[in-house]
Amino acid sequence: MGRKLLLEHDDKPGIQGLDGYRTHGGYRSVEKALRTMSPEAVLDEVKTSGLRGRGGAGFPTGMKWSFLAKPEGVPRYLVVNADESEPGTFKDRYLMERIPHLLIEGMITSSFALGANTSYIYIRGEYFYVARILERAIEEARAAGWLGKNILGSGFDHDIHVQVGAGAYICGEETALLESLEGKRGNPRIKPPFPAVKGLYGCPTVVNNVETIAAVVPIINDGGAEYAKIGVGKSTGTKLISAGGNIKRPGVYEIELGITCDEFMNSEEWCGGVDGRALKAVVPGGSSVPIIPADLYYKTVNGDARLMTYESLADGGFASGSMLGSGGFYAYNDAQCIVRSTWNHTRFYHHESCGQCSPCREGTGWMEKVLHRLEHGEGRMEDIELLWDIQRKIEGNTICPLGDAAAWPVASAIRHFRDEFEYHVLHPEKVKDPKHFAHAPFVRSPKFATA
Amino acid sequence: MSARTRPITTIAGTRPFAFSEAALTECRTIMSRYPEGKSKSALIPILHIAQAENDGWLSVNAMDAVAQVMGLQHIEVYEVASFYSMFNLHPVGTYVLDVCRTTPCMLRGSDDLIAHLEKKLGVHCGETTTDGMFTLKGVECLGSCGTAPMLQCGAQFHEDLTIDKADALIEQLRARNSRTNYTDK
Ligand SMILES: Cc1cc2nc3c(=O)[nH]c(=O)nc-3n(C[C@H](O)[C@H](O)[C@H](O)COP(=O)(O)O)c2cc1C
Ligand code: SF4
Ligand code: FES
Repeated sequence: MGRKLLLEHDDKPGIQGLDGYRTHGGYRSVEKALRTMSPEAVLDEVKTSGLRGRGGAGFPTGMKWSFLAKPEGVPRYLVVNADESEPGTFKDRYLMERIPHLLIEGMITSSFALGANTSYIYIRGEYFYVARILERAIEEARAAGWLGKNILGSGFDHDIHVQVGAGAYICGEETALLESLEGKRGNPRIKPPFPAVKGLYGCPTVVNNVETIAAVVPIINDGGAEYAKIGVGKSTGTKLISAGGNIKRPGVYEIELGITCDEFMNSEEWCGGVDGRALKAVVPGGSSVPIIPADLYYKTVNGDARLMTYESLADGGFASGSMLGSGGFYAYNDAQCIVRSTWNHTRFYHHESCGQCSPCREGTGWMEKVLHRLEHGEGRMEDIELLWDIQRKIEGNTICPLGDAAAWPVASAIRHFRDEFEYHVLHPEKVKDPKHFAHAPFVRSPKFATA
Repeated sequence: MSARTRPITTIAGTRPFAFSEAALTECRTIMSRYPEGKSKSALIPILHIAQAENDGWLSVNAMDAVAQVMGLQHIEVYEVASFYSMFNLHPVGTYVLDVCRTTPCMLRGSDDLIAHLEKKLGVHCGETTTDGMFTLKGVECLGSCGTAPMLQCGAQFHEDLTIDKADALIEQLRARNSRTNYTDK
């Protein structure tokens, strides 16, 4: 059993309420920070911990905090990103639903370090019931003096508000989130200026993922150095992985960064193995990261065992690796069709594109159309090159990374499963059955087998 | 037209709309959460309230009432309402069934669930049954991929669905016959 820092007490009775949470050591980090530490000392612990953003990009949190501008007389904000819309990701929901006070505690401690007197939780509209849980927990915390004026007599004031969205994946992108929080359409802003300088209401703002802010609690309780002892290299601490797809035991797991991919997939503690069939492919970090075939999930091209870390999952770059991303992990068994799933991915990005940039707005719709015809037995060989071409023209040519996120799943599917695309062109009658690989799994020709 | 701009509906545009007193109080509380001069931030939460008070969708009159309560231009409200998929811009059934169709759910059988619901209810995704009871909606990942396939109805998630469980849910909702909203407590 690995160490658990966030979910250690998630199954304890009463943990959702303030009393139960306090029984298991809750709000110690606030006491420690506000009574015995300076804001700079809290920031230093976070830097020492090596914590990286858990929302997907993996940017070092301490560094992000140190970029926050501090002009005199201008309020600063902490905004927690609880939009959680990356397909495959459901860890933040679990954390907020089970242990709402952990997020609130992390927000108070983090806001103390940042000098923010107001913070917001921007939560996706579909999680309305979770927003209610958070609101109740905030009320409890306010009544007990953990929020409000002069917390613990430290002179530090803080209050938290919950803001619901209304169904838009793009509002997880931090500048779109800020637009949405200001009551506008979720159109990402052009950067710079970055939110650290001009964020919410034009004021310096830090946007962090739910899990990132929750991780600040054990970091302050135990010290950044202790946190950094867990993990491998620049992947320190624990990570929540939400595991789904064709595995035996779907769920939210807290792993120590550095366990092997094999262990994560096959151990009874985690996924428990593939659901009765052979493993075909894995998307390890949410739908935006490259899909990799089973062999490349277990081993890098050098033949090393792949680990569940930021670096190891990215080993080999896009040629043979993927990314840890948000930890939205899903596995494909050999009944699944890569063309169908790529079509589905692309339909998602087309639906979610905010429409500001032509390559993203038009390219995602075009790819969806081409993939639809390939999957329905109406494709042509040239379509494969066409898809490659469209995704290349989107990547890097847009205001926000949604364009890249739409391009990568297509590129990786063609890179690793080109012969399956060709099969769709060559066998139109067979692929018209939506379950075409359920009875006769597709066997890739050795010329396309990697590793 | 961008994928995220949908036309608003002017049919039934003369249908009157007025917030209830309780809703008006709630709107004012929400507006007070934001700094001086920044109450526009409350627009999305208030649109949710308006939708819940207008049989689950946003008519032009409902949006105009939001503009009035918040002191905004009408267009500021329309452009936001038309961006977000949880806002229905056309009349909907008593129950809106938001069925997740995104890849992780697809891997666990959402295609079959959707096909079954379409057949059972006799509608395609996006349509409402002729008795006005159900609107079937295909939606994107709802953060419930480990308990897929799933659907959302009002504030509630219905997870680990099988064909049998979905049938039982439909019957149960039909028997209850009372609107559910995302804002339900
Ligand atoms: C299209 C898109 C969607 C995103 N969705 C989310 C999300 O749902 N939750 C999240 O925390 N970060 C999301 N991000 C990343 C955020 O922009 C931002 O990097 C993150 O909230 C920063 O927090 P962190 O440093 O703690 O990870 C998304 C980014 C993009 C480009
Ligand atoms: S890349 Fe796509 S989602 Fe991002 S700003 Fe451009 S059009 Fe909008
Ligand atoms: S893909 Fe359906 S809930 Fe995530």
